[in-house]
Amino acid sequence: MRNKIKNIENKTFLLYMTVVLFIVMYVIGIVMFHDKGFQKPQVFLNLFISNAGLIVIATSMTMVIISGGIDISVGSFVALTCMMLAYMMEKGKMSAISSIVIVMVMGLVFGLVQGVLIAYLNIQPFIVTLAGMFFARGMTAIISQEMISIKNEAFLSWANNKITIPIFGIVNKKGATIYPYIYPTVIVAMVILVLMFVLLRYTKFGRSIYAVGGNEQSALLLGLNVKKIKLQVYILNGILCSIGGFLFCLNTCAGFVEQAKGFEMEAIAGSVIGGTLLTGGVGNVFGSLFGVLIKGTIEAFVSFQGTLSSWWTKIIIAVILAFFIILQSILAMSKRGQK
Amino acid sequence: MDNLLEMKGIYKNFPGVKALDNVDFYLKKGEIHALMGENGAGKSTLIKVLTGVEEFETGQIILEGKKSIINKSPKEAQANGISTVYQEVNLCPNISVAENLFLDREPRKFGLIDWKKMNKTAKELLNKLDINIDVTKPTEHYSIAVQQMVAIARAVDMSAKVLILDEPTSSLDDIEVEKLFALMRKLKSDGIGIIFVTHFLEQVYAVCDKITVLRNGCLVGEFEVENLPRVQLVAKMMGKDFSDLENIKGENKELKNKEILLKACSIGSRGNVKPFDLQINKGEVIGITGLLGSGRSELVRAIYGADKADSGKLEFKNEEVKIKAPIDAMKLGMAYLPENRKDEGIIADLSVRENMIIALQAKRGLFKLLPDKMQEEFVDKYIEILQIKTASKETPIKQLSGGNQQKVILGRWLLTNPDLLILDEPTRGIDVGTKTEIQKLVLRLADEGMSVIFISSEIEEMIRTCQRMVVMRDKKKVGELDANEISQKNIMSAIAGGADNE
Amino acid sequence: MNNINIKKITSAGLFLPILSLILVLIINVIKTPNFFYITVQNGVLYGYIIDVINRASELVILAVGMTLVVASSGGTDISVGAVCALAGAVACFILAGGQVSTDIYRAPYIIAFLAAILVGLLCGSFNAFLVAKMNIQPMVATLILFTAGRGMAQLVTNGQITYIRVDSFKMLGNSIKGIPLPTPVFVAIAVVAVTFVILKKTALGLYIETVGINNKAARLVGLNPVLIQFIAYAFCGLLAGLSGMLVSSRVYSADANNAGLNIELDAILAVALGGNSLGGGRFSLLGSVIGAYTIQALTTTLYAMSVSADQLPVYKAIVVVIIVSLQSKELQRIIRDIRHSKKKVEIAYEK
Repeated sequence: MRNKIKNIENKTFLLYMTVVLFIVMYVIGIVMFHDKGFQKPQVFLNLFISNAGLIVIATSMTMVIISGGIDISVGSFVALTCMMLAYMMEKGKMSAISSIVIVMVMGLVFGLVQGVLIAYLNIQPFIVTLAGMFFARGMTAIISQEMISIKNEAFLSWANNKITIPIFGIVNKKGATIYPYIYPTVIVAMVILVLMFVLLRYTKFGRSIYAVGGNEQSALLLGLNVKKIKLQVYILNGILCSIGGFLFCLNTCAGFVEQAKGFEMEAIAGSVIGGTLLTGGVGNVFGSLFGVLIKGTIEAFVSFQGTLSSWWTKIIIAVILAFFIILQSILAMSKRGQK
Repeated sequence: MDNLLEMKGIYKNFPGVKALDNVDFYLKKGEIHALMGENGAGKSTLIKVLTGVEEFETGQIILEGKKSIINKSPKEAQANGISTVYQEVNLCPNISVAENLFLDREPRKFGLIDWKKMNKTAKELLNKLDINIDVTKPTEHYSIAVQQMVAIARAVDMSAKVLILDEPTSSLDDIEVEKLFALMRKLKSDGIGIIFVTHFLEQVYAVCDKITVLRNGCLVGEFEVENLPRVQLVAKMMGKDFSDLENIKGENKELKNKEILLKACSIGSRGNVKPFDLQINKGEVIGITGLLGSGRSELVRAIYGADKADSGKLEFKNEEVKIKAPIDAMKLGMAYLPENRKDEGIIADLSVRENMIIALQAKRGLFKLLPDKMQEEFVDKYIEILQIKTASKETPIKQLSGGNQQKVILGRWLLTNPDLLILDEPTRGIDVGTKTEIQKLVLRLADEGMSVIFISSEIEEMIRTCQRMVVMRDKKKVGELDANEISQKNIMSAIAGGADNE
Repeated sequence: MNNINIKKITSAGLFLPILSLILVLIINVIKTPNFFYITVQNGVLYGYIIDVINRASELVILAVGMTLVVASSGGTDISVGAVCALAGAVACFILAGGQVSTDIYRAPYIIAFLAAILVGLLCGSFNAFLVAKMNIQPMVATLILFTAGRGMAQLVTNGQITYIRVDSFKMLGNSIKGIPLPTPVFVAIAVVAVTFVILKKTALGLYIETVGINNKAARLVGLNPVLIQFIAYAFCGLLAGLSGMLVSSRVYSADANNAGLNIELDAILAVALGGNSLGGGRFSLLGSVIGAYTIQALTTTLYAMSVSADQLPVYKAIVVVIIVSLQSKELQRIIRDIRHSKKKVEIAYEK
């Protein structure tokens, strides 16, 4: 019996906790900020709209952490992606489509380099991606130190294409019914989320990632090509980060050096809060979605409250992240103690 | 009947050591064949050579009487039908049992994994082997025993003809062992050849057909189980013919005036060693004997605080003491030379000098740094006394030979001037000359009033040095032999499981 | 024979840091011929080289702390830059009494100074708790303060830059009348000297190396690995607090965004350039110090080549990757394998 409880704790306890935490926070928000309209469906949808890029990147981060690695270069890489997009479309007068393709190729190459260093030279993922983090941020500055706003028509039309959802309409003071809406970014993010779920759950590659993260030595002896799998993880991660950066860019429509600072912690936090174990081998992309939504809810709190500085968001997330990793560590220690 | 596997005249050298010296090994279809020998006998090297983890220099491996094979990797060995299941189960703990069974060969539908089919096939496969568990649960949910059986099931399903079980029973209890044996017998009836590496004698007699004994890299012989009594098996492993045994006896005098140094009352450490009583006198060399895995290291580790003791009372110099960490034991006057020199003994990148003074320094504390001059004097002194061969005091210890590394560690503990010196396999992997030096040193130290706990796999060495002996079996202290009872015959009978098993 | 000699020289402890320092200095002299030219104005020394030594001070201090962190745990503390900013912000907040700008101290300087050090120590202890006690990978643990630290600094300064326009406040980061060298130089030297003495006079250095090399053996010889790693991280935090004071004093203000920006990479780079393995264990404090000065010289060179501050990390990141790749055992193995197979091919050819 005790064994059973332990098992629930280890596997899904963290995920349940995340979902419950999210619901509780959201209800608190509705109670506290009812007068400011926190209960409106649009507020909920805004969580997705403003975090579409982060959802993709947290999903990708989840995959990397499951494999037993980590990537702290994602924030800088998003900045680089946005800057590249802005530069190519505005200074290079390139079409939006070709810019995006180039950015994705860049993601692939970035992932390839990091992956080779990590998988084949066996350098700690942290050191490699720390260097990657500074490299990408510096490259952003080399491209342009000034902010570049995107005015490309095709790009802006994607960015501003509201998709209304014809339910939950709210009648406003003038008597017109206003329907909640989303942007295409949300759809892209959700599609990627589902694809990643399928990849991790239903493909040989996906299961290999879990095996490698669970026990590299065993995975090797069970016949997996561990190095190749790790390399593939980082390459896919690079591509996903460029897509995440593109979605992020659709929100900001600009490229500048300081963009997406601290994004790496938000992605890691989203993933960890969603039940991904930092030691690798355990994780679920839907958990990460809830992790990101929790971050979004905190942001909404801070903005609804009105007087708090936006820095509070970062600090609260850091506190929650610290709480969750300590919790993971305690669970891991008690498990070891049991054996 | 034809041999399923023949290994002929295998030679394998490691730098400075002949690991395998003209070893033959034959395995038949449907046979369970025990591979036995003490530490350094060459069992694991033979297995590694067979499974392609290590290369061998000369010799032949012939499969099914015709194909001569050389495996370059475990994967290649697997393709040839040779699979290994290790003591440390090599499954991924976080994924389900079914996945572990089918990793890298999952059944798929439209390119995606067909979970339904995978779980169903997994269940059928395990049922066939009488293992009834929920295959969708993560593997870590199950005991090591079940995991081991799952690993075996995977190996068998991947068309293993030769199955190597490397110390599979070390962490299993009796019921689990019985289940494993049932599985082994079933596989045997299916015509699979099983190589069973183990230290547990009872188990060999319970399940095996044949025994091959290795010693110091050489083949001692292949025996039918029914023709080899237990005591003789131990004798073969330890290196003496049984008929010679009675004559060798130590010249150890009993202590004249006994002064108790340490008294342990039902000290135990869960999962490591069952509660035991032990009394050690001043100036006494006490041996702890038993086969590998019998709990002999765990016993001393529980005393020293290396593993936490979770029951019992300890008295040292007539005072009750609590030991939470090794430093507590050190402050009382204990010293512990661990069994695993590389992982727990040497601090590889540090110099001979630093390695030697570190324990004394830790005992003195952070702020009382040993003055350079004193360090040099101490180190010079012990390099001289122990005749350590090193280029200089500042040479990193990793550049020394194993024997000299061991002497440095020994020097490290002598420097702390302990009342109780615990030596866990101090002579393993060391040349004969150094071995004798260490034995002599132990005797001299005891003469000077130091108490020594001495653990070794070599009985002769123990007889020469010990005045009293504690016998361990199955993580339990099963008896004590005092000075006039110590003889190879008695020790081996005790290790082998008492008179009733002869 | 020749080969062996070269090997001996290159494997000697300080070979890498000194070689890189010389290399960077040569580039400097080529780029700016008056690099070693020193002038005296109002009794104060001026010149490129003085500038390098002066500006390197914070980095030297942090590199000292980082060296101990790396040696004891094989991990790095990436929060040092943010802790600098936070410590500086707290000190300036106290001195300005919560105002945006002040011409007089609104609280005694010593209290502000101690507060900064204390903030550093607390941050360091937080990291230490997570790493040593909770067994969390060092970079994840320090990532928390890496991002949140600047946030907290922003809260303290209320999102603005707090100015302390008091002459005595500027002394620590600039120069004191009558003394020809800038103050930070002395602070850095003092920190190095004190640490050196601690390592020399106590067994801390030996303990740290032992724990970093073999944690299990360390416990068996009577050390407390948790405590020793704790000391290293806490000390690193304390030094970050001190650096924060220097940074603030230089610009007589607390700038939560830019104080100590990117300095964590420099500090890690200094340790690696100093010939220390990022995997922990044996360390050379002097190596890291030389490494720190080398990096500052490199930074100055890059500035001279009109590379801007936010572009610098690109080059440094590349240097980091090169150094850790060279340290990688796997790479050495691959190269050996390639050489080996080449030889085999040659032999086969001869036959």
